[in-house]
Amino acid sequence: MESDSRGKWGGLRRQIVLSGVGGQGILFITRLLAETAIAGGLPVLASETHGMAQRGGVVVSHLKTGGFHSPLVRTGRADLLIVLKEENIVLHRPFLADGGFLVVNAPAPPDAGPGVRVHAIDADALALSRGIPQAVNLVLLGFALARIGCDGTAGGFFCTAGEVREALSRRQGAGGARLSGSLAALDLGIAHGS
Amino acid sequence: MSDRILMQGNDAIARGLVEAGCAVAASYPGTPASEILSSIDRWRKKHGVKMHVEWAVNEKVALEIAYTAAITGLRAAVGMKQVGLNVASDPLLSAAYLGVTGGFIVVSADDPGPHSSQTEQDSRLLAMMAKVPVLDPSSPAQAMTLAGTGFDLSESFGVPVMLRPTTRVCHASQDIDAGPFRPQAREARFVKDPARWAATPAFRRKLHDRLSEKIAAIAAWPATAPVCMNPDVPARKAVAASGVAFAHARELFDELGISDRIALYQVVQPYPLHAGFIEHLLRTYAEILVLEESAPVIEMQVADRRRVRGRMTGAVPETGELSPEIIGRILSRFAGLSARAEPPPAAEGGRRPTLCPGCAHRSSFYAIRKAAPGGIYPSDIGCYTLGINLGAVDTVLCMGAAISQAAGFDYAHRLSGKTVDIVATIGDSTFYHAGIPPLIDAVVQGARFLLVILDNGTTAMTGNQPTPGTGIGAGGETTSIVDMEGLVRACGVRFCRVANPDRLPEFVALLKEALVHVRSLGVAVVIARQPCAMVTRPAGGEGRGAIVITEECNGCGHCVERFECPALVFDEAANRVRIDGMICNGCGVCVHVCPLGAIHPGSSGEEA
Repeated sequence: MESDSRGKWGGLRRQIVLSGVGGQGILFITRLLAETAIAGGLPVLASETHGMAQRGGVVVSHLKTGGFHSPLVRTGRADLLIVLKEENIVLHRPFLADGGFLVVNAPAPPDAGPGVRVHAIDADALALSRGIPQAVNLVLLGFALARIGCDGTAGGFFCTAGEVREALSRRQGAGGARLSGSLAALDLGIAHGS
Repeated sequence: MSDRILMQGNDAIARGLVEAGCAVAASYPGTPASEILSSIDRWRKKHGVKMHVEWAVNEKVALEIAYTAAITGLRAAVGMKQVGLNVASDPLLSAAYLGVTGGFIVVSADDPGPHSSQTEQDSRLLAMMAKVPVLDPSSPAQAMTLAGTGFDLSESFGVPVMLRPTTRVCHASQDIDAGPFRPQAREARFVKDPARWAATPAFRRKLHDRLSEKIAAIAAWPATAPVCMNPDVPARKAVAASGVAFAHARELFDELGISDRIALYQVVQPYPLHAGFIEHLLRTYAEILVLEESAPVIEMQVADRRRVRGRMTGAVPETGELSPEIIGRILSRFAGLSARAEPPPAAEGGRRPTLCPGCAHRSSFYAIRKAAPGGIYPSDIGCYTLGINLGAVDTVLCMGAAISQAAGFDYAHRLSGKTVDIVATIGDSTFYHAGIPPLIDAVVQGARFLLVILDNGTTAMTGNQPTPGTGIGAGGETTSIVDMEGLVRACGVRFCRVANPDRLPEFVALLKEALVHVRSLGVAVVIARQPCAMVTRPAGGEGRGAIVITEECNGCGHCVERFECPALVFDEAANRVRIDGMICNGCGVCVHVCPLGAIHPGSSGEEA
């Protein structure tokens, strides 16, 4: 059996968990990150929540880049946990590896226990003040990308904010108001994270 | 830039089917299989492939349509979730005997967990019962490949083939290199052969013999034989795994460092298990662990019980999804590794699902409890199962059962000399799917209940697929429309009225009037018609901020408990209710719910 491609993908081998509730757009940012990975030549596996849970219930996505076989992140293995609904921290905190990052949509940084690097932004308030409540997901993602960055040695993302921005532009194709709105939301988050 | 594209498992299955020349595809939506058909439609349009693609009224009809195309020599496929396969099992078992001339694939998606289903049943067991081969992909990429392999298998032996993904394959996504199209350039050609296609019992026995011969031959077909991941490793133990359990195991073999000691096999075709593989396992290994979801299908075919570990020996839990954490523990034990301290598992629970803000089902349920307090409320499968949060759903059994259960409750109570108001709810798509026969039955038997058909003009729970009442087909084309009122009346129902449940006071009055009819004259139907809020008025849209709560609110909590709109939030500190402007869609129904009249339509869209 070929041993895993750990060496090959090196610092771009990442496990990310994204958590929120139905309607917040967890699926959208999961796919956006997955497409960014593919554009960068990284193999990617993601797992999504569908069905009844999407009606306002807890939604969680797993994303693994750089040569994995299982679509699920095991507890204690995530490099990064992105939480769109603060109350979910108690549910999904166990996914984080020791020394992992927690990025949360919350007015103040919550206590997530030892061994976690926490970054918080009130993305709800920001998005609502700009009249884009449906783009909270992109605000938080932009913030996370800018704050944590892509550093092959110290954990964090497998990609840069600029690469996600390019993937978003490609995804929304022809552009128009929808694209500029999405990019504006991402940029808003990036600006607050920089 | 890479040529690889991100495909969800269902998207990959669709791609595999269309690539391999599938000409007819039918489905009824159900999580986790729903996206397959819409994806087929997308791929065929993108590549200009001529196909018949349809959302059928139910899984039985879908299977019969696709099967019939396959007996004209075309390639055909049908998609459904595992409980849909129950509905379609009648034609499947018969189709196995008769066989096919063109390739025929039944995609039945299982949901171990279950995440979004009534049962954890294993479709592979039904394949075994039907005597059809079943393929069990471990990833989206493999699911795409096996769709093509499945057609070849089906045509090589003239049998239906089941492709059985699970939720973790259907709703995983992966970077995939799409393959080239293999157009089949075939014409439908039905060769009459009544002894086969209309076989009487005498011929069926012969067909059964032939089917058994086919299954024996398929158990030696090289293309679907199990594959060893580490063939050069001398081992006295082996793991045979299928589906996503194999994917978890493969990753864990590396992490646990056991690849040099234990052989790992992927079983691609759990039934019929390759006869040579069974012999090889028993000849080579002292201990064999089987990892599969969700029934011991592979395990029971490995005949020597002393050497096999799995669900039947207690080595693998009998119920629930095989998470990578669980598989990690099982593999560690099997390898004789000392247990490592693992972090605590992610917690279950958290915010429960609710009907969307602005969903008209909420109005219907609120009205039902107003009109028939203390009643019995049978319900059905769909978004509106969430009426359980409003105390207006007492039973959920299976598609269509709301109506038969309403009748059953009536007969049981009448026998016992009891009078109770029974109000059943069923969605429009579910009504077309399985509601019509029980409604006819209820009319014939003189059952006394009120049926509220929650007609939001879509199959909402699974992603807003069209219904027979929509007039839109799977590819967006215009279709004929079935008139629901006409259908209800044709079933023999004499009281049938249509109303908008969001006009709450009038709707409550109508339900009361219908209940008067029910008590003296039998079954009545009210069609609660209002489009799905997901389609017409998404949360946070233009209605946002249109509702205000004044100082008159005294925190009684009636709206939060009985109306249960997620946009109504109880503020503990202030002891009053406020509107969550992020999600309120401004439908305004809650204005009628507050006993104190403290909820008002706002004057502008700016307040939040």
